[in-house]
Amino acid sequence: MSGDVAPVLELDEVSAAYGPYRALFEVSFSVESGGAVALLGPNGAGKSTVARVASGLVPVTSGRVRVDGRDMTGEPAWRIARAGLAHVPEGRGVFDSISVEENLVLSFRRRAGRRMVPASLERAYASFPVLGERRHDRAGTLSGGQQRLLSLAKVLVVPPKLLIADELSLGLAPSVIDDVYAGLAEVRRSGTALVVVEQQVDRALALASSAVVLERGSVAYCGPASGARSVVERVLERRSRTHDAGKDAGPADRTTPAKAVSPRRA
Amino acid sequence: MEQLLGFAVPGIPYGCAYAVFAVGLVLTYQTTGVFNFGYGAQAYASAFVFAWLVDGHGWSTWAAFVGSVVILGPGLGLVFDRFLFSRIASTNTTAKVVTGLALLVGIPALLPVVFSNENLVGVPSILFAPGTVYFHLGPDVPVNGIYLSAVLLAVAMLVILVLLLRTTSLGLEMRAAVESRRLLELEGVAAVRVTATAWAVSGLMAGLAGVLLAPTEVTVQAQDYVTLMVAAIAAAACAAMGSMTVAAVVGVLIGVVSLTAQGYLPTSSFWYSAVLPAFPFIVLVGALLFVPRLRRLEQVQDPLSTVDPPPPLPTARVRGREIDRLVHTAFWLLVVVFVGSMLTWMPTSWETVLNQGMAYSVIFLSVTLITGTAGQLSLAQATLAGVAAFSAGQLARHFGLDFLAGGVLGSLAASGVAGLLALASLRLRGLGLALMTLAAALLFDVAIFPAQAVSGGTGGIQLTARWLPLDLLAPNGHAYFLLVFLVLVVCAGAVALVQRGTVGRFLAAMRGSELGAAGVGVNIAWQRVLAFVLSGALAGAGGTLLAIQQTVIAPGEFNYQLSLAFVVIVVTTGVGTVEGAIQAGVGLVVVEQLLQYAPQRLQGLAFVLFALGALTYAAHPEGIVELEKRRWTERAERLLARRHGASATAAVTGRS
Ligand SMILES: Nc1ncnc2c1ncn2[C@@H]1O[C@H](COP(=O)(O)OP(=O)(O)OP(=O)(O)O)[C@@H](O)[C@H]1O
Ligand SMILES: [Mg+2]
Repeated sequence: MSGDVAPVLELDEVSAAYGPYRALFEVSFSVESGGAVALLGPNGAGKSTVARVASGLVPVTSGRVRVDGRDMTGEPAWRIARAGLAHVPEGRGVFDSISVEENLVLSFRRRAGRRMVPASLERAYASFPVLGERRHDRAGTLSGGQQRLLSLAKVLVVPPKLLIADELSLGLAPSVIDDVYAGLAEVRRSGTALVVVEQQVDRALALASSAVVLERGSVAYCGPASGARSVVERVLERRSRTHDAGKDAGPADRTTPAKAVSPRRA
Repeated sequence: MEQLLGFAVPGIPYGCAYAVFAVGLVLTYQTTGVFNFGYGAQAYASAFVFAWLVDGHGWSTWAAFVGSVVILGPGLGLVFDRFLFSRIASTNTTAKVVTGLALLVGIPALLPVVFSNENLVGVPSILFAPGTVYFHLGPDVPVNGIYLSAVLLAVAMLVILVLLLRTTSLGLEMRAAVESRRLLELEGVAAVRVTATAWAVSGLMAGLAGVLLAPTEVTVQAQDYVTLMVAAIAAAACAAMGSMTVAAVVGVLIGVVSLTAQGYLPTSSFWYSAVLPAFPFIVLVGALLFVPRLRRLEQVQDPLSTVDPPPPLPTARVRGREIDRLVHTAFWLLVVVFVGSMLTWMPTSWETVLNQGMAYSVIFLSVTLITGTAGQLSLAQATLAGVAAFSAGQLARHFGLDFLAGGVLGSLAASGVAGLLALASLRLRGLGLALMTLAAALLFDVAIFPAQAVSGGTGGIQLTARWLPLDLLAPNGHAYFLLVFLVLVVCAGAVALVQRGTVGRFLAAMRGSELGAAGVGVNIAWQRVLAFVLSGALAGAGGTLLAIQQTVIAPGEFNYQLSLAFVVIVVTTGVGTVEGAIQAGVGLVVVEQLLQYAPQRLQGLAFVLFALGALTYAAHPEGIVELEKRRWTERAERLLARRHGASATAAVTGRS
């Protein structure tokens, strides 16, 4: 790893499993401070699992996870969050049963301090007026896009060291995706490092400086963003071929590591 | 006006205790996601220990208060959280309800064993002296220390809790933790601690409510805490488990209205004897029927539940052919030996015990069907058994109908009641259904079974030989044994057939996911009613048999506590299989009989044992006996495999 500054996130030969189902096989990559990494791969490649391992939601079975130079392997999720890592999970990432404002307050109190809450709320509503209009509604009544904006508002106002955003664009209309990506770009300008998990390869690569491509739980590519597109296409093609041959799928298949591509280290 | 006040004021301490309790229930539900049936037992425990310390050990009131409320209350809450509820997945309503019930059944039975058996009388009140009249609301309306303490403590607690929940970060985090602990952790909050705090606070409230109520009664009795529990559940249901203020107000109203009505109604009227005691249940049923939000309870889903690995597949028990043959042979041998022994050398006392166990087994089969197969929590199975028994008794008494024929008709009646119950609660599920059936059970207990026309008063109906053919009542004949054995075999076979047939598959699909089952075209409403009707018939058959065995049909034999205990017991041994029900029935009576030989103090321990067993339900939903059976089969298989060499290793598939 280069320089004197430790990377904000470093995965070192990380393997992970859901009970008996193995999902990651010795995945290694790192995110430099202030950098932006696109995490790409077909469905089921293990992108969300990487995100969950990094934030402590899924325990690793072997390997190390370092956040900001500190070894965080096996630490509970809340410790990792306090170390400065924010994870916006796939799908719904807000508390449905409390109000929009309470969602924000919950987050700001912990990360900005009690006294900063009113000012932070004001900034959030200034950036996302729609949240201000709905502040007293239960967050569950927001639309999918508005919920993503709510998640973004939390990190935008109090920037963490690293933001892992898992498929923020999923199920959104193109114009809303534009809003969300504008938000992400702003988060990045504030100095936060980014890991962007995406199906929309172009959007992610436009934002990121480097990319990691996963294939069946292993790293198929790790390097500058410019070189990722061809790998992604290759991986997708290979996948559709195995699908046609009917060899893929089935949990038994998942338990064997993919040998096709040897992971490269950063 | 004067008179109204005179009647209403004595209702205030009750109302306040109900209110505190209801608020505690709502608080626990909102901050932990658990509807804690064990709450009443927690309150009772604190009151019991409080009385025990003051009465039996001469502690000062305040020291005892600290020991029983400030320390024991939150302590119990923390223990429940740490060892029980934190291990149950938030979506598993059945496990949460069963665990709560186990506490409700187990703790009151355990306390006299741990502490002492004697009655605890003259419990002091905290804050103000109970006997002293502080002021008058009117010439004839004195206000003594009990009222003052109750009102002050209740109001103070309500204010503190509303402030805690609505204005502090801890309150906000507690509400968020109910929805998703993981999402909360992602915010940098240690969710485990938040939930533990919530349990400690709710435990403190339970203790306080218990000690608050203690001085209003002469002795500290578990029974009072059940009334308390029901009134509080009703108040909490009216508030849709949401608003603590509404819960508190309804709680106070239930207490005050009950006592006011008690003052006005003539003591000999039907209203006084039947409707009044049932008042909290009527409120509860009304809330369950008409508060729409209660239908959507338990629907909040953790968005991060996809992080959990899928539950392990039910290990398909492919027993090796060799073991299968062995088990079958052993089973038939056991049956033959059992029947042979019962007919020949078995002492009459043990024959009676085992007969009773078989009668229980028939009732337990109804639990297997409704809960194990259909996945519906019914807390009224003992009531259904009672409906059949009382019907048969009345038919025999008034029309001279043969008791067995009456039993068949009675079982039909029980089916009908069960069907009606299912129809009334079509829109409820999970917790709502459990509460509805519990309310029905209590309604029968308080208002219907004790009625002169049903049971002939508390003494019950005495069976006479005239009603029964074949000398079934003769203590040392074997007629009863043959009858109960036959019915058990038929019922067990019927349940096994249902489980394996089309209906069983539909019911299993419904147990897995009602939405999913409805999606593939299963008529949920009809399947539910069917399951209830069938289980009503089984419970009725068992109830009739039990009545013959006891030779008297008393209301106490079929009360709601038994219904709760039934669920707890069956779940302990194994709720999924026919064998589980039979093991539960026989196990219950054998344990009780064996305890007869133990010191007096340990007599109540049978329920405690089963309650302890039920606490393992969350970890092993198949039941202890079934679990052990599987383990032993696996062990045997491994042994065989080793003996046969490597070729047979493929047979061992289960993980443990
Ligand atoms: N809760 C779970 N239990 C068992 N296996 C799981 C679980 N979650 C994911 N998996 C498996 O782990 C592998 C990686 O899943 P993951 O969700 O990380 O993929 P992904 O790249 O995020 O896919 P997608 O693009 O569809 O979101 C998949 O094979 C998946 O089946
Ligand atoms: Mg994903």
